[in-house]
Amino acid sequence: MPPATDAIGKIYPATVYAVGREKVREYAAAVGETSPLHFDLVAARDAGYADVVAPPMFAVVYAGHSVVQGIFDPELGIDFAHLVHGGQAFSWGPLVVAGEEIETATTVKEISARGELSFYVFESVSRNRSGKTVCIGTWTNIVRSGG
Amino acid sequence: MTLSRGETFELKVTPDPYVAIRYAGASGDFNPIHIDEEFARSVGLPARILHGLWTMAQVARAHTEAAGGPERLRSLSVQFRGMGMLGAEITVTGTVRAVEGAVATVDSEARQGGRRIIRNGVAEVTVD
Repeated sequence: MPPATDAIGKIYPATVYAVGREKVREYAAAVGETSPLHFDLVAARDAGYADVVAPPMFAVVYAGHSVVQGIFDPELGIDFAHLVHGGQAFSWGPLVVAGEEIETATTVKEISARGELSFYVFESVSRNRSGKTVCIGTWTNIVRSGG
Repeated sequence: MTLSRGETFELKVTPDPYVAIRYAGASGDFNPIHIDEEFARSVGLPARILHGLWTMAQVARAHTEAAGGPERLRSLSVQFRGMGMLGAEITVTGTVRAVEGAVATVDSEARQGGRRIIRNGVAEVTVD
């Protein structure tokens, strides 16, 4: 049975994520970053940043807090047992640094079916307190049905 | 650093057995298929598997290291295929497809033991 598409366009309440210096360091270490910009306050300030710099992929942390609302939305009824992360896209604006608060809004961009696969695509738009878009994420989740 | 058309770069990384534990904590993704060996096997996986977004972070890092800094990565899009396993070397390769003005378009993939675990990677990177 193809998935219901009524929820396309649904917007979830915005979430706010406060970027912590030690969280940036923890994330950067976990993914093997080596640039001192992510760890060393002096190096980051010497390079013109207010604090340590979040690696671009840190978007999964601040925007992920918003996107999970869609993944766990009972209206969508995503079947976790057969869920795989099919694809991911990010486009970035200015780098995010520790101390910033990032507000993210997530929408249901697409619900579609191809054969026994259902596609749930979310779009997250993250902005800093100056109103600049720091990241747009496209999160493609695939559920295999009938299996 | 300049990246010119046709140029390639590579990043090799071997995820140690605890990478998925540290990444779960760092990212907040505690899906037990990444951190609980018994659970992973109970759902038919050969062992705990890597987070796809950890592997994507290696693809991103290959670009930022080749291009000369995190501010140079403007966009990255990937498809996840197959499973990334702990303890086995992953090779990320990037190939500059085109350069227009100050923006290079880079194709990428990540392989592990001959399997492509990330494919159709496309990034925009600013160059000098």
